[in-house]
Amino acid sequence: MGRTLFDKIWDAHRVATRADGRDLIYMDRHVLHELHAPHAFECLERAGRPVRRPDLTFSVQDHTVATRPGRTDTTNPDGSEFLRAMREGSRRHGIRLFDIDDPEQGICHVVAPELGMVLPGATHAVPDSHACSVGGLGALGYGCGTSELEHVLATQVMALKRPKRMRIRLEGRLAPQVTAKDVALRIIAELGVAGGRGFAVEYAGAVVRNMPIEGRLTLCNLTIEMGARTGLVAPDETTFEWLAGRPWAPQGAEWDAALARWRTLNSDDDAQFDTDLEIDCASLEPQVTWGTDPSQVIGISGRVPDPGRADASRRAGMERALAYMGLEPGVPLAGLPIDRAFIGSCTNNRLSDLEAAAAVVRGRRVAPGVKAMVIPGSQTVKRQAEARGLHQVFQAAGFFWGEPGCSMCAGSNGDRGEPGERCISTTNRNFEHRQGTRVRTHLASPATVAAAAVAGRIVDVRQLVGGTA
Amino acid sequence: MQPFTSVTGIAVPLIQDDINTDQIAPVQMARALKPDYADLLFKRTRTRPDGSPDPDFPLNKPQFRNPAILVTGRNFGCGSSREAAVWGMLAVGIRAIVARSFADIYRENCLQNGLLPVELAPEVAADFERRVIAADGSAPFTIDLLEQRIRGPGGPDIAFRIGEADRMRLLEGLDDIGLTLKHADEIAAWEQRVAREAPWMQTARDRRRASGETA
Repeated sequence: MGRTLFDKIWDAHRVATRADGRDLIYMDRHVLHELHAPHAFECLERAGRPVRRPDLTFSVQDHTVATRPGRTDTTNPDGSEFLRAMREGSRRHGIRLFDIDDPEQGICHVVAPELGMVLPGATHAVPDSHACSVGGLGALGYGCGTSELEHVLATQVMALKRPKRMRIRLEGRLAPQVTAKDVALRIIAELGVAGGRGFAVEYAGAVVRNMPIEGRLTLCNLTIEMGARTGLVAPDETTFEWLAGRPWAPQGAEWDAALARWRTLNSDDDAQFDTDLEIDCASLEPQVTWGTDPSQVIGISGRVPDPGRADASRRAGMERALAYMGLEPGVPLAGLPIDRAFIGSCTNNRLSDLEAAAAVVRGRRVAPGVKAMVIPGSQTVKRQAEARGLHQVFQAAGFFWGEPGCSMCAGSNGDRGEPGERCISTTNRNFEHRQGTRVRTHLASPATVAAAAVAGRIVDVRQLVGGTA
Repeated sequence: MQPFTSVTGIAVPLIQDDINTDQIAPVQMARALKPDYADLLFKRTRTRPDGSPDPDFPLNKPQFRNPAILVTGRNFGCGSSREAAVWGMLAVGIRAIVARSFADIYRENCLQNGLLPVELAPEVAADFERRVIAADGSAPFTIDLLEQRIRGPGGPDIAFRIGEADRMRLLEGLDDIGLTLKHADEIAAWEQRVAREAPWMQTARDRRRASGETA
């Protein structure tokens, strides 16, 4: 019987099976951030254990870094302790650190792919739930907590139970201004926030094959929001073209040898999935969340659902969400005034995201009273965007253009909204208080967020740009 | 890790689905390398906007001041992978969580710290939730991992199942890293083989530096 892509990568990385039945899966790359790594360094040192492979481990400062130009360790006073502990711990263990002044610093899930550190068929551990982002390159990303992070530091493997396999075939052709973000939100709406629990997900179908790599990274990034720990897309010529020449990717004869292997990375025709779904994306419109988890989402022309008509098990949650969001059942989201717009996070702050937003913003201004900011995913993205003049487009319109980091997605760096504000955001979690106390978050794509920023209200971006991509 | 055999104590009901780790451990409210994890637990939910404790939140009620068991709904612990959401439970004395289901990373974080995650099927869970609410902290429940049973007021014993490997790990309080390091030779052999067959996987380097170019 054929094997799935997931099984091929898993089997190739299975070092042994432990006495308790868990598979030891080798982690080709391990990327750390300052929120969790310092604690793990300390535990490791207390146990007298060395880092097994510092040469395969990388540290990135992203969660607590300030985004203000000219930032230092103390610009966000709450972050300075983390930044210092990360710097010192990385030095003690000989781990390459992308510090706040590094020309390639950025969000860990943005930096590792763009530098070519993460490769198709590779495994990738990060102590952050959005580790699954790298699935966009055909890699297997595993997010983890602090104990598992310490485990990987000490052993370079993770002790995992083999998950079930799910395939989601995304068929049809996306309409203009409908993006990977909209597809991902639609999937979460269909499956629910726990629908992927216990599964590894493979995204397939025409939509994925036509999707550029940055879109695939966005799609896979949101896998954890339906409860699946990892999700991936089979690598193809689009992937190889995107990776070729990246500074940490193999070159020359090694590249050729790697490419020959990567071309075998797909699910066999007769591979069996425990769950196999198809979602038709042809009629999909831009999506915007109305509630307090990413599954509570509707198309831009839709209306906020009525808990009274929902499944009894969902009703209480929906009512709570509506109360927090200050919304009534039956109202359209289009037209809802906003206070704040945020374009950033590992979900949506790569170059193509910023280009999509800039295309909407160009020649327009942020609506009076709206606070709008753009935080590029990395210094590399920032440089590329500035070389194209995107920063001027945003700044001329009244957006703040900041230094790379997690910013208003994780709420760990001091960037946050004021109580009661309504914020439209390209991030991944619309949880209560995530972007500040009592801040009401609506998740959407970069183009839709940009459109709302200039309109001052949630709006169908296609009305602003005439439905052309 | 502290071994787990059984826990007897007050069970606190927090019957809600999809409680995420932002709610359990709102780390934004205590931005420090080593915050007070007990103070942080459900801090935002426990506290009213004026900073006073919300008397309606179960963990603030006098009968639940010393909880040992948390009882909750589906998909508990979804969201961020932060382990503070487990450390906070242990810091207030909670040694077991009974839920309809757990988010994958949260469940793993529980096992890593000797916090017992018990999953009950919906109909069994509904009955147990009713008993916990009825007991209202007046009598203790016991969760016995050896026998995989829950005992307590209001009804017969409830059997539960947890994977045998996870059960042994909790019962013996095994050091997870130590368990893996028994395979150190196999890890080394794997590395050597891959270094021969696919050397780019076992070397991570900036090729610009290797070739003398500047970044």
